[in-house]
Amino acid sequence: MTPLDKPGAATGPRTDRPRRRRAGTGGRRGVPLPLLLPGLLALAFLLLPLLALLVRAPWRSLPDQLTSAEVWQALRLSLVTATAATAVSLVLGVPLAWLLARTEFPGRGLVRALVTLPLVLPPVVGGVALLLALGRNGVIGRWLDSWFGITLPFTTTGVVIAEAFVAMPFLVISVEGTLRAADPRYEEAATTLGASRFTAFRRVTLPLIAPGIAAGAVLAWARALGEFGATITFAGNFPGRTQTMPLAVYLALQNDPEAAIALSLVLLAVSIAVLAGLRDRWMTTTS
Amino acid sequence: MTTPHPTSPNDTDRHPQRRPQPQPQSEPPGLDAHLIVDRGAFHLDVTLTAGPGDVLALLGPNGAGKTTALRALAGLTPLTAGHLHLDGTPLTDTPPESRPVGVVFQDYLLFPHLSALDNVAFGPRCRGAGRAEARSRAAAWLDRMGLADHAGARPRSLSGGQAQRVALARALATGPRLLLLDEPLAALDARTRLEVRAQLRRHLAAFEAVSVLVTHDPLDAMVLADRLVVIEDGRVVQEGTPADIARHPRTDYIAQLVGLNLYRGQAAGHTVRLDAGPAITTTEVLSGPVFVAFPPSAVTLFRDRPSGASARNLWRCEVAGLETHGDQIRADLTGELPLAADLTTVAAAELDLHPGAPVWATVKATQTHAYPA
Repeated sequence: MTPLDKPGAATGPRTDRPRRRRAGTGGRRGVPLPLLLPGLLALAFLLLPLLALLVRAPWRSLPDQLTSAEVWQALRLSLVTATAATAVSLVLGVPLAWLLARTEFPGRGLVRALVTLPLVLPPVVGGVALLLALGRNGVIGRWLDSWFGITLPFTTTGVVIAEAFVAMPFLVISVEGTLRAADPRYEEAATTLGASRFTAFRRVTLPLIAPGIAAGAVLAWARALGEFGATITFAGNFPGRTQTMPLAVYLALQNDPEAAIALSLVLLAVSIAVLAGLRDRWMTTTS
Repeated sequence: MTTPHPTSPNDTDRHPQRRPQPQPQSEPPGLDAHLIVDRGAFHLDVTLTAGPGDVLALLGPNGAGKTTALRALAGLTPLTAGHLHLDGTPLTDTPPESRPVGVVFQDYLLFPHLSALDNVAFGPRCRGAGRAEARSRAAAWLDRMGLADHAGARPRSLSGGQAQRVALARALATGPRLLLLDEPLAALDARTRLEVRAQLRRHLAAFEAVSVLVTHDPLDAMVLADRLVVIEDGRVVQEGTPADIARHPRTDYIAQLVGLNLYRGQAAGHTVRLDAGPAITTTEVLSGPVFVAFPPSAVTLFRDRPSGASARNLWRCEVAGLETHGDQIRADLTGELPLAADLTTVAAAELDLHPGAPVWATVKATQTHAYPA
């Protein structure tokens, strides 16, 4: 093509050709090598391990692997606990997000920072902290044990608690952002119509921020599903009770690598499904 | 200037109510408010009173405190001091959800996830009506607004005028004793505005309790309200009927709104010596502090000093700016006496007016109007 074609390509009839051409030139022209090469390297670095997982997958024995009792047990436990942790995060996290976004109180900035701490805290540390708080000799756990006979560590409930501890901040941050972006005057309008602040929240704000809550919930669920460090520290690794998928993968890798790969594939599939579910929300806003 | 003073048949019904007979024991019905709101540098101190059926317009430039006053009436902004009584009931410390007050917000704030019907039914539901009853009441209000066909529509599929009527229906469906409208026509385009203004006027006339609307548009204020309260810098600077305010503006802002040149000075007989410079000869005989007003159309411009003309009401000025005003040209003049003058396009061309051009301006004494300050 001659350079003269260019303006025509931009304004000419809408065929696939000009678009493809533009994409092609964008890749070759004007991109400096010092950026292009590391960029491509990064892409390979991120994708190759996943590719290796697919290449080395024991496709023939996969059906057997996935239907084995241990895998099924771990998968079911993972789904149940991640969903429960997400539910806990929703019930407690949405009100917290509302408090952070809609009320003024001293030290709000600090509270907000503390809420986000589990996002950056190594999950193992979170697990240790949970043990110290809710363990049988923990600050609160002691009373739970002696007063109500409730023991949380090394139980399925403990798994849910560990996952919620790690996943809830994702939901809180996501919902708080949505709340801040939502117009608070809708709540005022509801108030002038006779709605209490809670009714206004329930009947107006909640439906308005539902997409943000859904996105936050998916994010929290995915985080809970992949949770490893806090879970193994606080809840241990008992098959059928606290052994979730990531734990099962780690354990299987020691004595049955094929099973580990099969389990990993399942988690990869779930991750891709989550990404697809959030596609509209994230992948389109950046482009 | 022509004054679009309310002259609909409803006015005759409304005016007798405007000054309610003082009741022996209790306070008169209607609105009695003294709103004081302190917000850092901004201080609002406004007294508002109105009887049932009154439509009060708060008029003022941006940032004058109109919306703050409205929010204080609704309870959305707490009072620092003062009081709010409605039909004799103190509401000063009543939370917004318990006040018998309806609000039409500037951009309506219709709940986007609810149909028009459910938007209107929201208020009755919150105030204790059952679902079916709330919906039937809402349907009746939509019908009254001519929107029965749009009951199921989501707000985003409504036109601006329709959304405005849904917002009005939503505010009225709770049976408020005080209706507040924040810039009710500001979100509409010019054509819709004309139509909606007429409808809104009808609905406000039919509303039996107090209406307070906030606007920066003098035409909206004059068409919709029977009484104007002009607010500048958080204080009431003038209050009265639209006709009264249009004839006797007391601040530059109001004078500009109603299209008058306004000056303040000391009168002695037929002469008013202005605080800032020259004197104006008037027909009225007054003494002491006065205002002098005259419309821009009363000003005649000359390129050269008119020969033979008396020196009365003749000032040397300079063109500061020109703008088209309908089929007229409005010249903004500075110099001995800053003033606005209207002239035809032809006259402007003959005078070769352009920013910076020197001109002589005269006004006949008979076209000025002086009144005590």
